[in-house]
Amino acid sequence: MADYKLIGKNYVTPDLVAKVTGKARYAEDYRAEGMLFVKLLLSPRPHARVTRIDASAALSMPGVHAILTADDMPAPPPPPAPPPAPAPAAPRPQGEAGAPGAAAGAAAPAAAAAAAAPAAAQPPAPPRPRVPAEVALTKEPVYEGEPILAVAADSEDIAAAAIERIVVEYEPLPFVIDPLDSLRPGGPDGRLEGNVFVGANVETLKWTAADIARIEAGTFPADAAASETLVFGDVEKGFAEADLVIERDHYQQTTSHQPLESRTAMAYWQNGKCYLHGSTQSVARTVAAAAGWIGIKPEELVLISEYTGGGFGSKIPGAQSMAIPALLSRKLNGRPVMMRISREEETYIGRTRPGYQGWLKMGFKKDGRLTAIDMFIVEAAGPYRRQGDHATSANNTSLMYQVPNMRFRGVSVATNTPPGTSQRAPGGLQASVMVEPMVDEAARKLGLDRIAIRKINSPEGQAQFGLAPVNAPPGRPRNKVTSCFVKECLDKGAELFNWAERSKRSGQRRGNKVTGVAVATGSYTAGSIGVDGLSVLKPDGKLYIHQGIGNLGTHSVIDTARVIAEQVDMPWEKCVVVWGNTGNHVAWSSVQAGSQTTYAHSRANYAAGQALKRNLQELAALELGGAPDDYDVGGERVFRRGNPGRAIPFAKAAELAIKRGGKFDGHEVPKELNGMTKASAAALAGLGLMGVARDNLPRDGSTYSFQAAFIEVEVDVETGVYRIVDYLAVVDVGTVMHPNSLGGQIHGGGIQGFGHVRSQNLVYDRHYGAGLSNRMYNNKPPTLLDVPVEQPMRWAAVELPDPTNPIGAKGIGEPAIGAGGGALICALADAVGDGILRRTPVHPEQILMSLAAGKPAYETLTAFI
Amino acid sequence: MPAAIRDVMPAFELFQPTSVADTLGLLERHGADAWVMGGGLDTFDWLKDRLRKPKVVVDLSAVAELRGIKDAGGGIEIGAMTTLTEVATNALVKERFGLLAEATGLVASPQIRNQGTMGGNVAQDARCWYYRAGWPCYRAGGNICYADTPTAVNREHAIFDADRCVAVNPSDTAPALIALDAQMVVRRGASELVVPAQDFFVGPGVDITRLTLLRPGDLLTAVRIPGTWAGKQFYFEKVRDRQVWDFALVNVASAINASGNAISEARLVVNGVSARPYRLEAVEAFVRGKARDEQTAEQAGALAVRGALPLRHNAYKVPLMKALVKRAIRGAGAWTS
Repeated sequence: MADYKLIGKNYVTPDLVAKVTGKARYAEDYRAEGMLFVKLLLSPRPHARVTRIDASAALSMPGVHAILTADDMPAPPPPPAPPPAPAPAAPRPQGEAGAPGAAAGAAAPAAAAAAAAPAAAQPPAPPRPRVPAEVALTKEPVYEGEPILAVAADSEDIAAAAIERIVVEYEPLPFVIDPLDSLRPGGPDGRLEGNVFVGANVETLKWTAADIARIEAGTFPADAAASETLVFGDVEKGFAEADLVIERDHYQQTTSHQPLESRTAMAYWQNGKCYLHGSTQSVARTVAAAAGWIGIKPEELVLISEYTGGGFGSKIPGAQSMAIPALLSRKLNGRPVMMRISREEETYIGRTRPGYQGWLKMGFKKDGRLTAIDMFIVEAAGPYRRQGDHATSANNTSLMYQVPNMRFRGVSVATNTPPGTSQRAPGGLQASVMVEPMVDEAARKLGLDRIAIRKINSPEGQAQFGLAPVNAPPGRPRNKVTSCFVKECLDKGAELFNWAERSKRSGQRRGNKVTGVAVATGSYTAGSIGVDGLSVLKPDGKLYIHQGIGNLGTHSVIDTARVIAEQVDMPWEKCVVVWGNTGNHVAWSSVQAGSQTTYAHSRANYAAGQALKRNLQELAALELGGAPDDYDVGGERVFRRGNPGRAIPFAKAAELAIKRGGKFDGHEVPKELNGMTKASAAALAGLGLMGVARDNLPRDGSTYSFQAAFIEVEVDVETGVYRIVDYLAVVDVGTVMHPNSLGGQIHGGGIQGFGHVRSQNLVYDRHYGAGLSNRMYNNKPPTLLDVPVEQPMRWAAVELPDPTNPIGAKGIGEPAIGAGGGALICALADAVGDGILRRTPVHPEQILMSLAAGKPAYETLTAFI
Repeated sequence: MPAAIRDVMPAFELFQPTSVADTLGLLERHGADAWVMGGGLDTFDWLKDRLRKPKVVVDLSAVAELRGIKDAGGGIEIGAMTTLTEVATNALVKERFGLLAEATGLVASPQIRNQGTMGGNVAQDARCWYYRAGWPCYRAGGNICYADTPTAVNREHAIFDADRCVAVNPSDTAPALIALDAQMVVRRGASELVVPAQDFFVGPGVDITRLTLLRPGDLLTAVRIPGTWAGKQFYFEKVRDRQVWDFALVNVASAINASGNAISEARLVVNGVSARPYRLEAVEAFVRGKARDEQTAEQAGALAVRGALPLRHNAYKVPLMKALVKRAIRGAGAWTS
């Protein structure tokens, strides 16, 4: 590994002190002269048509300034183009490069459509109805809590009182909470246009009475009709070759994202521009989305988001609701308007991970080698569009288990519950939680070690993966990864966790407590390409690194800046990272999603660092004679190799660059730069010596990171209560860029995975279509006190560089979650037996009742309970 | 119908008296318009959701005489405004009434225990998610129970003594206090009521809109625990989904006076199963004089759940309560969630 001065070292990020001292300003912390406050009127119904709004009493109240309704919303963007022909490889998971904008509910569902697999062999059909695009305020609420209108007033108190004086009349419409209800013959449709999302469209799909009878008998009807099918190999042949076949029904709950900071926004207009303080995961990539929601051009928007209290995928390009204060402000001649989003509102509008009802069948040879996987998943997509988590689960499974024959069938059902979007490893977490316990069951039945059965099936090198639509032309290449060291993670973890000894504790009982020990793996996308790096060395001797990356709490906005500093041997204390305000001229960035930032921006900033260095060398050659390659950089100087006295200090070089102009000071920039970077470079031109570049480095394949997690739990079989005793995660993220922030991501992901398996839930009353777990204490996300205390969670990295990244680094945010959740549910099964735990969250009673009954003694498939 | 909005606290007149006398004066003056606030954890939910709109809030945080833990002749007296953290960590409480220290230490989360009070924990309202969301149910003065319909989600609701309403008492400290035979000191105008903890809590048959006998104008000032059970054998366990910040699905508190291995007297209370903390007097009578062993525990558990009537989603509370009662009698070999 290269001998780096900055990369791989711990340091204090420049945002850290502000965060821990409360000085950091989040969207809610801004105040402006004359600022008004907004409150929202939310739909009390899960699906209805607004027939009348009478706001006269509210508008006549002193202190009430304006009301905003669906009629004030800009026209939604034109419907997306029909889905293009399926990509040669498998449908891309939502988190991967290109798709995340759509995955976040941006006004660009085209990418999501592209990710959708067409249904199997369908006859030519008439044009199918498209799903209306989601807008910030609606006349046809499709879930309880959807915003109908907004009131701006002198205070929140007045705005709330005004809302209580507004009368809205609704015509109730049919609604769906449990997806399986919608698939019944004559069952309700979640949308007026139909009940199942297929690509960018919505269709109607009902199962047969026989299918429903099986559901009522407590079994998932695995031969029911699917609206999308993907295959690889021949699944029937695979099962025929198997020595052991296991099948299982399966339920995973819908969960809301619940970032610590809600999607608060404040806006005002000045000199024709809209200034928007928002909470967003990305910065550069939020501008176009937010401008679209407001109905203005991107260049008319200045976005400020220096600090974001997390998003977990729910704020990839911000949130549609950001348009509300902006539009109210415009109505009020630019007067600042603050919209604070409360926790209850966040629970409604803050997005969800789609729940699963499904079935999984796996075939194994005696040696543990997989012969076939058959997967059927109904996803609770929420009301607006296909999520595709289910197909991503299949894609991820085909990567993690290199099975020669696989089939995926899926249905994406419109539910009148909070809208879905990517949540940390969409489909990836669910895949680990669904698949890993079945692999363990096979290992036990075949008498194999659980690490051995994983290693025999796990990917390595540039492993191929993916499924294709059934009617796809043959011979197309599959997708492949740029690197994969999951076997090394398993080996390293086995050693650190002392697996050989620890696994002997499986099932040991002491009094009422039984020990469970387990290992699980997970993976997710971890890098994209094609973005820009931008830096300016100024005459003050400092290097300004302009990052368009959002500061969503992962440190990648700062960590990747160090790659530029490393190229020119710039002391870190002389570097200034500029971020979080598009008015400060930032570079075009990836979205902060799909765990792509670290990989994408270490490449882009490597390129920018090389450009900076080249400019210094060329400048030195012009000033001091010789050829550019005669010069090197170091010690804040560009100097002649072999004659370090012949040098130009960086501060002086910045001055000289300004004098020379052209490419040296940013007046000329590479043509291939992305538009936002060009505009930013133009604004910064003449201020110093510029290093700007687009990532044009080669890459062959998709970048994924991997994790193996090891866990020990203790289950009280008298009460069903369990606790985690020990946890170790080993990751393959290539080169480690910042150990402390990596550790934070690994453990944060692990804990979020625990929460999914253990407690977090969204509960609905299906008769009224009403949410019951809107309070945090009912929603039950995991806490820091739900993790081992006596033996703090541990992590390690295999530190094998990815060959397609100049630093060798890959992302981590999402790859960190699946193995954590998978390991926990595997350990519970290890303690209480196979086949007992078929739904998450695993509440104590599932263990308690099922152990007494000797089989699952709970409603296996019912959703939202 | 006018629209509803949540999460915005309406304006009210705030009083922060510094003495019990002033507090009582305020309560008398404002009558039903006044809301008594302890640590605010229950209060702010109601106020922010605009489901309670009192004209006056009387904040007790400055009433010094309502705070603190006093030695009272072998027993103790805990001021109603004493924080849960103080109760859980107080040396005297731990020494004499470890049951209460343990129960209090399992309430909610460290942050909530730092702010929440003894009085607030026993006087808190039901946490039924239909009721708390403002549905016009029996408890809210309506004529339906939304938690007891064929489609209701009632995993956390009652298995005993449901009477129209199926909400449960959510307190962790209440069963411990009843097991310890505590008394609640209530000021009602000029008079002082000293009520056994067991009678402080009321079921829907007595008053379907309240969980305690506290009426508007009443002030819970202290909890007195007599020395009777000091230093006896205690057991507390709470089962919940998370290890923190979670109400009990079921909890159990027991105080046992044993000579040798024989139980001479026992008090046993379960919460999370009915609208009142559920005292198991039949079990107490059954175990009296019996050996404190597995067999007694087993029989006690079976006896405890007699008459339980589960709802669609809470049948598990029957075996869970049985197991907890068994462990409360057996005493050892159990850790809490």
